Amino acid sequence: MTAVLGETWVLARRELTHWRQQPAGVIVNWLFTVMIALMFGGLFGGAIGEDYFDYLMPGMFALTMFFGVEATMTAVSTDAAKGVTDRFRSLPIHSASVVLGRCLADLMNSAVGLVVLVGAAAALGWRWQEGLGRALAAFGLLLLLRFALLWVGIFLGLVVKGPESVTMVQILVWPVGFLSGVFVDPATMPSWLGTIAQWNPLSATAAASRDLFGNPGLIPDHAMLLAALWPLLLTAIFLPLSVHRHRRLGS
Amino acid sequence: MAEPAISADGIRKTYRGAQTPALNGFDLEVPGGMVYGLLGPNGAGKTTAVRILATLMRLDAGRAVVAGHDVSTEAARVRQRIGLVGQYAAVDEILSGRQNLVLFGRLNHLGQARAVSRADELLERFGLAEAGGKPVAKYSGGMRRRLDLAASLIVSPEVLFVDEPTTGLDPQGRQEVWSALRELVAGGTTILLTTQYLEEADQLAHRIAMLWHGRVVSEGTPDELKATIGGDWIDLAFADADQARQALPTVAAHADGEPRTEEHRISVPVRQRTRALIAISTALAADGVEPVEVNLRRPTLDEVFLDLHRKQGDKQEVAA
Repeated sequence: MTAVLGETWVLARRELTHWRQQPAGVIVNWLFTVMIALMFGGLFGGAIGEDYFDYLMPGMFALTMFFGVEATMTAVSTDAAKGVTDRFRSLPIHSASVVLGRCLADLMNSAVGLVVLVGAAAALGWRWQEGLGRALAAFGLLLLLRFALLWVGIFLGLVVKGPESVTMVQILVWPVGFLSGVFVDPATMPSWLGTIAQWNPLSATAAASRDLFGNPGLIPDHAMLLAALWPLLLTAIFLPLSVHRHRRLGS
Repeated sequence: MAEPAISADGIRKTYRGAQTPALNGFDLEVPGGMVYGLLGPNGAGKTTAVRILATLMRLDAGRAVVAGHDVSTEAARVRQRIGLVGQYAAVDEILSGRQNLVLFGRLNHLGQARAVSRADELLERFGLAEAGGKPVAKYSGGMRRRLDLAASLIVSPEVLFVDEPTTGLDPQGRQEVWSALRELVAGGTTILLTTQYLEEADQLAHRIAMLWHGRVVSEGTPDELKATIGGDWIDLAFADADQARQALPTVAAHADGEPRTEEHRISVPVRQRTRALIAISTALAADGVEPVEVNLRRPTLDEVFLDLHRKQGDKQEVAA
């Protein structure tokens, strides 16, 4: 067990070394969501209403977690394509360490991204209104979503042929991001579209964190429950799929 | 006799959805402390064999023992004793050479200080000391391969698998990798080298097994193999097809096998290259038919395997 923890940490630290080696890429990535937030806040804020920025921010936090799928998928498929995964598999380490190292590294990356975005939001006047305890619960839900999406990313990264296929996912995250409660209230969409937007994991986490932060926006029924259940469901599906896929590397 | 470093007995492996097996009764016995070449054309099953022996892939049937441990039931023990250099330089391109070696050192359970000092030793040994701090993305193909080799030697493996180490390298990179491999064997490591180049196997390996459609069809020292595959070839080109026809009986008389003709060209297998070359040139000069071009060359792998295939076919016919 301690061996697994040690190996996990060594592998996660590899990712931290990546940040140091290529700081520009990581920083741009962290600032990207800040830019999106400023852009949408600025573009739509005037048209939608004064408190749009406060509505938008929890959605942006959730979207940042969602964007993580892409990062995980890129890293996993690059390692597989370059033979690095095979090298890890030929080493005397526990196979869980490789996956856990990826988890830890990507969670750290997303946590920093979240801190950067929260910092930027706070500088622009966004606040949590219901106390630190509920705010921490909201951050917990956000990271839980990220954790669940990790397994989606690992699975997709092992399924695709190479890092090139990631481009497709990079394009697809946008419509999924828009088709949610991140930018606007799904209640304002045509009803069939609104239903899809309302019930996806991204919207659930966005709505639940709006509730916990005390930010404006209609909070649909069961938002909190869904924000907890969706990630658990995704993990329950994609964790075994990822493990299965990882095992299949050997068959 | 000492236990072999690698032994494989009747390994079968069929990939999911594939019509024909990748390995079809693969047998191999590699004594310790030598470079053993596994030679075969693309698709013969070389990489499959290496992946199974290195515990990356499960076998369907048969048994394999590497460094004294069964790959199916004692994979973890096997992994402690092997190194693997795959077809791609499996190193992290963003990290520097040194950072890569420290990472793999830590994953081999060396302490941080030991991993760093080992990384420096290996960088020095593989002529990468100067480039050690640069990201691997800036390395040449030969440098990457050497780093890859270094990464698999962190804990001095008993058995090292090297899968097509020079595919895609320029001649300089190839030389660099070859000399690195030669040094390794001098240090006592057993190396299983796969290659599709006859020349590479000839240069590096003490023994060679030839793989064809998933099984070993021939095995021996490079000299033994060359003897069974008919040695070298002489290619002759004449001014025109008429001249080539005229020359054919003379050339055939000095050949050690069936000559092949194509328009104005004749190719013949010969056993003793220099003697045959002189004999053929002298005889042709006496006939007054002089070739415009003469080339002495090793058989191509295609010729070797076609030849083997034919002999195997003959044997099967005799057996039938």
